[in-house]
Amino acid sequence: MSLASADSMMVRVGRYLKDNPVVPLLLFLFLLIALLEIMRPGIVTPYRASRDGIVSMFWVGNLIKFAIPLAMLAACQVLTMLTAGIDLSAGIVATVAAFVCATLSSIWGVAPATIIALLTGLLVGLVNGFGVGIVRVHPLIMTLGTGLITTGCLQVYQRLVINAGSEIPAFLAWLGTGRTLGLPNGLFLFMPFAVFILWLMRFTGFGRLLFALGSNEKATKLSGVRAWQVYLALYALSGLIAALAGLLYLGMIRQTSLSLANPLLLPSVAAAVIGGTSIFGGRGSFAGAVVGALIIRVLDTMLTLMQMPEGARTALFGAIILAVTAIYVRLTDTR
Amino acid sequence: MSDTVLLDAYGIAKSFGAVHALTNARLRVRAGEVVALMGANGAGKSTFIKIITGALKPGSGQVLIRGEEVRVGNPAQARKSGLVPVYQEPSLIPDLDVTDNLRLGDTPKESFMKWVEELGITDLNMSDTIGELPLATLRILDLARALASEPDVLLLDEMTAALPADLVERVLKVVRQQANEGMGVIYVSHRFNEILELCDTASVLRDGETVGDLTIEAGVEERAVELMLGQKIELGERKITTDLRAHSGNPRVKVRNLAIAPKVTGIDFDLYPGEVLGVVALEGQGQDELFDILAGFYPATSGLIEVNGKSMSFKHPADAIAAGLTLVPGNRADALLAQRSVRENIALPFSVRLPTWGALKLRHERERVQFAIDKLQIDTRAEGEVQRLSGGNQQKVTIGRWLATGVETLLLFDPTRGIDVRTKRQIYPLVRELAAKGASVLFYTSELDEVSLACDRAIVIFNGQIVDVIDAKDADEQTLMRAAYGLTSREGVA
Repeated sequence: MSLASADSMMVRVGRYLKDNPVVPLLLFLFLLIALLEIMRPGIVTPYRASRDGIVSMFWVGNLIKFAIPLAMLAACQVLTMLTAGIDLSAGIVATVAAFVCATLSSIWGVAPATIIALLTGLLVGLVNGFGVGIVRVHPLIMTLGTGLITTGCLQVYQRLVINAGSEIPAFLAWLGTGRTLGLPNGLFLFMPFAVFILWLMRFTGFGRLLFALGSNEKATKLSGVRAWQVYLALYALSGLIAALAGLLYLGMIRQTSLSLANPLLLPSVAAAVIGGTSIFGGRGSFAGAVVGALIIRVLDTMLTLMQMPEGARTALFGAIILAVTAIYVRLTDTR
Repeated sequence: MSDTVLLDAYGIAKSFGAVHALTNARLRVRAGEVVALMGANGAGKSTFIKIITGALKPGSGQVLIRGEEVRVGNPAQARKSGLVPVYQEPSLIPDLDVTDNLRLGDTPKESFMKWVEELGITDLNMSDTIGELPLATLRILDLARALASEPDVLLLDEMTAALPADLVERVLKVVRQQANEGMGVIYVSHRFNEILELCDTASVLRDGETVGDLTIEAGVEERAVELMLGQKIELGERKITTDLRAHSGNPRVKVRNLAIAPKVTGIDFDLYPGEVLGVVALEGQGQDELFDILAGFYPATSGLIEVNGKSMSFKHPADAIAAGLTLVPGNRADALLAQRSVRENIALPFSVRLPTWGALKLRHERERVQFAIDKLQIDTRAEGEVQRLSGGNQQKVTIGRWLATGVETLLLFDPTRGIDVRTKRQIYPLVRELAAKGASVLFYTSELDEVSLACDRAIVIFNGQIVDVIDAKDADEQTLMRAAYGLTSREGVA
């Protein structure tokens, strides 16, 4: 590199961003938080607040707390998107896991209920993996289909247990609403989870195969990979993660409902995409998705503060996600 | 040849980040002239072509078409000004039929059909879906489409790379004719015999700079290679020392009565440990199917494949690999993870089996990958994404993958297609070395001289059957060519 013309600077910046996709996202996140602080002084920093610093810790804690289940569901999307797939059943799987856990806890006790809830997620995931990997149904259709089937099954199941009542397991409530040093206890689950996902993506053979399948399925097959095995494991894992996220969300909301975590589905896709994961496969970052989830939560707060009517808020939210993604893709897509 | 300058590009420079793809490239094409654009791996040819065709903006310099100072901004504009490229990869839409593809490019149908026939394709059906046609046909269609648009300057990028000998001849003839009628042609190729036959001059690129213009005449090859390499190196030559009787042991791969409906009707051969067995065939004689079967893409219709004495039937490439057979496909795009790093590409086979899905053995991986990179001298300056490497380096990655993994039987399908002399010359000794260490190699080649350069003997396939087996020492191009056309050969050869 001798003379850096404007053109090659752009390319270099683009390359850097491509290799470190989290950096501009973090900048954007902090920019949003700063903006929030200007809109409502004291919400983030304690200095200008009338009360003490606990207020700000409370807000940051809250931000993180509600971003966690979103980030976990975004993990489902990142992992499946690496292979050019998607998991549209993740939201309902989370809901079902929460519902099953809450209702069975009052009948069979907490431990079996939790295990059965996780197994339900695994089961839906296995069906997804079977459809995508062996029958070769497009992931969008497959997970949409299993999502609907699961929704139906949930309603039937609800009739069966309608008299049993429900119980929120204490450890989930602790995870969901408790705080340690001002930070949500959910991090006790999330931190190891995030480390696991990052490790899975970067330092395991399975992670390599996800990237490989999304980059070039034919080349991967030619190297001897039986793709169905990878898809089966991938979607099973995604189902399990969704169920886990559902359990955490149950402890957070402390209520059961037939659509508890469903509204998190599309934001989870958005978090993954904002975080730099390509829906065409072969490129993605979980760290980016985590920041994406935080960005979505901050935007949420911001729009709420602006006291806009619900409709305008939703529309603006959609527009912002489109804008962020478009800018981001431009920045990182170097030629 | 007249003095009208159709295309004039000069002082072209272009950098990608830290890599200077071009520093000072120039090219001038006059009416009625065929100019060969030559250059070794990574000399900047692809970038130069992209700039000439307006797909890339030059960092500096100018491209003039028909003497007018047209700053080419995009491919559509270059096309309009009279420059029409035919790229190495077919640029037709696979899911549409021929008619619809023509409609997309506003190509006049009659003229197109005239060129298709002129170029030697007689059985084209306009309702054929592009994706189902063989590669050679697609290249001819691309060329016919370009000719039908009556260009002033035609750019042919490795036009003949995937073509059988008969079509190559046709193409050369037609292009020469057009040049004689006043068209300018830029001919990008690695094949000296074609350049000698077709071109008037050659422009040689080295390390991003145009280092010479040659008039095509006898003996120009030496000069061109010299210019491309920057130092004098002899063209590859090999003393054939392998004695076929040395293969007295059991064959590693034994193929009997192999039939694959509808193309292949009966193939028998033995491939021994330590042997490089060439496969010679015109396009579409069943060699694609043969390699697909051996690589495990689908089972054969009938017949026997034995590996190390055991009868095999592959249903998935994983089965073939388990039996020691691995394919390096003819199309690099089928083997590479374009957006992933050199390292991940080479290490891909390491994580294939279920027990290897866990934590990567990073040290082992690094050692094996480095071994392959060193062995093949892969240029890793742009190692972050394989798609940023030059074609030759990409090809090295597809072979390096199996070098790092270890391989018993390597199925090479035209491994030197479209790559430069220097890389070719690294690949032949490598193949020989693999064989010397006990590997078996099945080596399909569309360049006949490679049989004597790399193989011990060659089987010749014609119309789905083996019509001849020729020892490397007897494998001069005429003999092979006669056999490939299905002509009885033995009488003709002393």
